[in-house]
Amino acid sequence: MSIPADLKYTASHEWIKTNADGTITVGITVHAQDLLGDMVFVENPVAGRTLTAGEECAVVESVKAASDVYAPVAGVVVAANSAVENAPESINQDAYSAWMFQIQPDNLADVDSLMDAAAYQALIESEAH
Amino acid sequence: MLKQTPLNAAHRDMGAKMVDFGGWDMPVNYGSQIEEHHQVRRDVGMFDVSHMLVVDVAGDDVRGFLRGLVANNVDKLTVSGKALYSCMLNADGGVIDDLIIYFMTERWFRIVVNAGTADKDVAWMRQQAAGRALTITPRRDLAMIAVQGPNARAKVWDAIPGSQTATEAMRPFNAVEFEQYFIARTGYTGEDGFEVMLPVAEADAMWRHLADLAVKPIGLGARDTLRLEAGMNLYGQDMDETTNPLESGLAWTIDLKSERDFIGKSALQSRDIDFQLVGLVLLDKGVLRAHQQVNTKHGAGEITSGTFSPTLQLSIALARIPLGIAPGAEVTVTVRDKQLKAKVVSYPFARHGHSLIA
Repeated sequence: MSIPADLKYTASHEWIKTNADGTITVGITVHAQDLLGDMVFVENPVAGRTLTAGEECAVVESVKAASDVYAPVAGVVVAANSAVENAPESINQDAYSAWMFQIQPDNLADVDSLMDAAAYQALIESEAH
Repeated sequence: MLKQTPLNAAHRDMGAKMVDFGGWDMPVNYGSQIEEHHQVRRDVGMFDVSHMLVVDVAGDDVRGFLRGLVANNVDKLTVSGKALYSCMLNADGGVIDDLIIYFMTERWFRIVVNAGTADKDVAWMRQQAAGRALTITPRRDLAMIAVQGPNARAKVWDAIPGSQTATEAMRPFNAVEFEQYFIARTGYTGEDGFEVMLPVAEADAMWRHLADLAVKPIGLGARDTLRLEAGMNLYGQDMDETTNPLESGLAWTIDLKSERDFIGKSALQSRDIDFQLVGLVLLDKGVLRAHQQVNTKHGAGEITSGTFSPTLQLSIALARIPLGIAPGAEVTVTVRDKQLKAKVVSYPFARHGHSLIA
């Protein structure tokens, strides 16, 4: 299963991309969508909402189950992807393109402490046993 | 250690995602659950339902025994092969299980029970049969494959030479023995099709043969959305030992009119009926799920089964709500921190490939 090397990851299966303007983009991983199955509903946080690290801030629902999505770091929501809300199945098709929301982190250095691809790979493998 | 059906290796070979389903290692899907759902509504698919248990009841006066054992009336079964859906109740009127009874001869009725309740069911049946000249035989030597969809019967006829002649004229909710097969025109999808019981030793070859005939394997995920669209109850979710079947959409299966006594009858007759099982369609975006609270003008109720309906492309549910709320009424459902709008509808929601919701 592909785990892009240029992204960061959380134990709750979000991926995080750091953008050139100092914001971050958040989605859920291929592994997460594989666990959930066919996506049918996405609810994103509204722009302007202040998030603490680890806060429940979005929901993805598959036919099978609902799952919370957590803020990887503290910050303010600057954008939500309405395209993915209108087409939740895009997460199944390409989880690393189907981003959910963007955050302006309070402290961009917080992103550094998240898992890299190797650590996330190890996490998935440990959960499989 | 999870229990395995005779088709376990075949599921893995076909790329199934396996899950623990009540102690059984079962396929939840083989890829996209939604595609599997459409496959059954539009063409044909097959389900491994070998985790369910076939129980043969044989001996003297089987009919008399079943008259008292189950809530529906086996006297409706007059022609060999005819099937009857029924609940088996405890003395308090709670539902021990729901099952299908096939009348074969006066000395042999075949019953199919749920996987999760199988041991409990057999123990209960044996307890009730004490002193009767009857045998109650669990048939773990049989596997069961459900082939469902508009093209299901034709595929089974291709797979089992000679079966067409034996089953073509057979009406829904009937079964026939054909060679080593027991072929029933029953299912849990709202589509036409057969449930085929066959010796365990032949199950793997039959499954692969059907796959070669372009019958797609379908997992338990799509089985649940198909049955919910078809408005069929799921034991353990829509009813169980603590619920009143008359508040669970099962009144049509409980014969209180005849003089016949059956276990749970007097309890049911003395219990108040305050709730009804209704269908809901969600008017807002989101997905209805079991145990969410339903808010009506006559008080609160609860969703018993909820999902996203691939046929209707919106969320549907079965819910136990107070009496007096009629189809067409608008209610709200508490989903996380929101009150979502939903409409009460009569169900089934979809059968035979089509939506039944206006």
